[in-house]
Amino acid sequence: MRKLLLFSIVVLAALGFLIKLASLQFKGEDPEAFKSDPAVSGQLIYPSRGYIYDRNMELLVANQAAYDLMVVPREVKIKDTLAFCKLVKIDLETFKKELERAKNYSPRLPSVLVSKISKETFAAFQEKMRKYEGFYIQKQNLRDYKTHAGANVLGYISEVNPWELKNYPGYVPGELIGKTGVEKQYDALIRGKKGIKYVQKDRFNRVIGPYKEGAFDELPTAGSPLQITIDKHLQEYGEKLMEGKRGAIVAIEPQSGEILAMVTGPNYDPALLIGRERSKNYTQLYYDSIAKPTWDRSLLAQPSPGSPFKLINGLAALEEGVLDPKETVYCNNGYYVGKDKKGCHCGGGIRDLKSAIALSCNAYFVQVFKKIFGKFPTSDEGMDTWVAHMKSFGLGDFLGTDLPTGAPGRIPDKFFYDRYYGDNRWGPTYFISNAIGQGEVATTPIQLANMTAVIANRGHYYRPHILKKVGDLALKDSLYKTPVYSSISASHFEPVIQGMEEVYETGTAKHLKVKGLSMAGKTGTGENYTRINGERKQLTDHSIFVGFAPVEAPKIAISVYVEHGYYGSRYAGYIASLMMEKYLRGNISKTQIEKKILESSLEKEYAKPLSGTNFKINEYAW
Amino acid sequence: MSMLGKLRKKRVDGLSILLYLSLVTIGWLNIYSSTVSESETFLVDFSSIYGKQLFFIGFSLVAILLIFLIDTKLFERFSALFYLGTLVLLLGLFPFGKTIAGATSWYGLGFFNLQPSELAKIATALALAKYLSDIQTDIKNTTHAAIALCILGLPALLVIPQPDPGSALVFFALGFVLFREGLSLKILWIGIGVLCLFISVLKWGTTWTIAGLFSTTSLYMVFKPKRIKISFSKLGLGLLFSVLLSYSVSFVFHEVFEQRHRDRFSLWLSLEKDPDAIEKIRRSIGYNTYQSKAAIASGGLFGKGFLEGTRTKGDFVPEQHTDYIFSTLGEEWGFMGTAGVVLIFTALLLRLLYLSERQTHAFNRMYGYGVVAILGIHYMINIGMVLGLLPTIGIPLPFLSYGGSGMICFSLLLFIFLKLDGNRLSEWD
Repeated sequence: MRKLLLFSIVVLAALGFLIKLASLQFKGEDPEAFKSDPAVSGQLIYPSRGYIYDRNMELLVANQAAYDLMVVPREVKIKDTLAFCKLVKIDLETFKKELERAKNYSPRLPSVLVSKISKETFAAFQEKMRKYEGFYIQKQNLRDYKTHAGANVLGYISEVNPWELKNYPGYVPGELIGKTGVEKQYDALIRGKKGIKYVQKDRFNRVIGPYKEGAFDELPTAGSPLQITIDKHLQEYGEKLMEGKRGAIVAIEPQSGEILAMVTGPNYDPALLIGRERSKNYTQLYYDSIAKPTWDRSLLAQPSPGSPFKLINGLAALEEGVLDPKETVYCNNGYYVGKDKKGCHCGGGIRDLKSAIALSCNAYFVQVFKKIFGKFPTSDEGMDTWVAHMKSFGLGDFLGTDLPTGAPGRIPDKFFYDRYYGDNRWGPTYFISNAIGQGEVATTPIQLANMTAVIANRGHYYRPHILKKVGDLALKDSLYKTPVYSSISASHFEPVIQGMEEVYETGTAKHLKVKGLSMAGKTGTGENYTRINGERKQLTDHSIFVGFAPVEAPKIAISVYVEHGYYGSRYAGYIASLMMEKYLRGNISKTQIEKKILESSLEKEYAKPLSGTNFKINEYAW
Repeated sequence: MSMLGKLRKKRVDGLSILLYLSLVTIGWLNIYSSTVSESETFLVDFSSIYGKQLFFIGFSLVAILLIFLIDTKLFERFSALFYLGTLVLLLGLFPFGKTIAGATSWYGLGFFNLQPSELAKIATALALAKYLSDIQTDIKNTTHAAIALCILGLPALLVIPQPDPGSALVFFALGFVLFREGLSLKILWIGIGVLCLFISVLKWGTTWTIAGLFSTTSLYMVFKPKRIKISFSKLGLGLLFSVLLSYSVSFVFHEVFEQRHRDRFSLWLSLEKDPDAIEKIRRSIGYNTYQSKAAIASGGLFGKGFLEGTRTKGDFVPEQHTDYIFSTLGEEWGFMGTAGVVLIFTALLLRLLYLSERQTHAFNRMYGYGVVAILGIHYMINIGMVLGLLPTIGIPLPFLSYGGSGMICFSLLLFIFLKLDGNRLSEWD
């Protein structure tokens, strides 16, 4: 019995150990197990983001290296915090705050402590890195802008936010994602595919070498370069012209729908939104609630279209057969709505379609508008017909561009007026202002440019888009490659285009005609109102212009909108004509016009409603 | 006569030597793997840890040969002197000891740190065997039993304040020699009973423990065979003692122990339910156990291969070349390796028990038991700790863990017995 005591203890212990070892070690071999092994750590290798080129393959956006200082909070061991802060150039407060934030995110996972440190700081830190446990440097690609223009088109990139992390798969904290513009729209194409490098780590999380000689590593795939439809020089020129003005320029190539330039004013240098100053600059831009530089007016502003709208009202009347281009209307310097006389500044006299467009006669187009509705027994039917014509120009709804933002504008329909005045309690006189592009209609600058492209193409448009090529592959998306036809027959466009040519010959923009270039255009002057201390107050009119050139084979269709620029023949007309000449000719013959626009600023005009005192609008001198 | 011839004549047990050599080889390979750095080539560098260990192994082999040259009788004759000498060495640690990792257990000898407690283990085993084998000694005599307990209690008392509770435990393990030689097994049963009570109070609380105690006693009373008579006064006394003990265990655990002691027990018995507290324990005192279990589990059935253990390379298990060498084995050699080592140890211990039982001379048998008790307790506590079955007690795995004193002393311990065994048929040469 006593002899067996130790014997049985030894045997029992062996049994116990074998059972425990079996329970620990008897499990299938998992080839992926190393991924959860704390001794092996996968380090992401960020691919370089695709470059962005303009339509002539001029480089717009390239990359530059940036270094993020990463922290794993639970591994942090610093003896001299002050020296550390000095080394990486942050103050103690920020360091504590950021470390706390990282800890809250996860004590085990790496977070960005200081993003985008400079090359010099990186070099200095790398030398002393051994002294500070829990930190490492991660390289990231930053954008390097080769142009100061196009911030609204190109967009910007920044770190994914928690919402994006949750909703878009495949992003990791600290990774960059496109936030607006092309960067956002085509993020999936230009971001490329992350690679991963597995390294062997020791228990202090120090890298001691590659894991299995890199057998499981994956190389990153670089993002595809993009060619966009923007013309770099035209975009830059447009932004130069818009300096000191608020508004937008949209230029489209009518035969393809490619956006040649998309300017919003005021704009900002895209380089402001990279590097360490990004967040400061962004805050400054974002909270400028008066000039709103981050608000892309070319896509989002929805003013009344003004007189350019007369063009499609005329086209609708021609299509409905209620208007003969030769037919004349006598303009007695105005027209009546009920008993009210509304003004017209065409100069008065006998107007046919051509001269009515050229001189922008209100009385003529009010008559035309009434004729459309007069054709139908009820206002509802007339309204349905008119709305269908208007909408076929891409108005009143989202245009479906390949840009991440947009606005629908408004073409009011019968439901709109039913709601407003009551069922069937309204007639043409109630919305007669729409005849001349005032009233309830609203269009975005890109919609107006697209409308102009329809006229230039004599009846159809291609959905405006920004992408031309991905790598070597041209854009094939049928959405942007199939023409969309308006409801107006091609034959009806000629008289209207003749009128638009006449605008440059004898009409409102005759002073802007470029010699040897056949141009068509239409000025617009948009009344607009605001509320100051609850009181409805009229402000200086918006200056609006649409046009295309050359008339026979249009290469550019443009719309310009300048807030409070007064006559369409001034700011907007000047800018549109300069843009067309710049694009088609490459140089400017009308240097006086160019000089005038470059020297003019509307800041004084913009300051008026904020002055708190009474102010005059529509001042003649400029 | 050549040395080999002498060995053959002495009939030294070949199987034990084979098992010993295999453990030493496995140990060294794992020490190499856990300490070699990537950049080094496979050349033995004597300043490195694995190089030093190779030196210690060589030194041990020389020491073993010396043992075979010494007259067998000397071990028995000088055991008391040897014992006293090691006690002096242990005492000398108080003024002259060198502190490594918080324990004053070493004499610094320049090239080598001597750990006298390792020597004391051999000396105590020898002294105990000597005392018990004396014709005058009767273990059933209370005084003699007390003296025997003092022989192993003295060095234990001296190592506790170093602090080295692991070694103290080893000295008490020599108590198994006393049980073999006739010490009342009641002490063992009472000891086991107290241990169970202790664990039960911690795990399930005082109330449940006492309830369980009374219900098992009642059940036993009802179903016991009629022929067994129970003294009610003794039973009542036992129950009263148990209840008092339960309350005092609870009191000591909650009021006297410090949080770090409590954490150790809560880690061992999984007492903590709060996930945050568990995470905290896992990161502090539970770190070693958690990492070693994870490393062993990651080895799977066949292991990751020699020099391929990622956690070993990353030094994830602290002390992996000393007390936690078993985790390196587990990661790189898998179940095949760990089960192999457990089986080799089992085979060695059982072989030594068999050899002890065949001794005709009482001193030899008792020393043999001492060797089994010392090697066995090291092996069980070490692997139990590495696998998380026992609380963390720092104690090396014989023949495998890195350490000069350990390597040499375990070898001496074993080979003194093998020498005695080899000589058993020519006791009176």
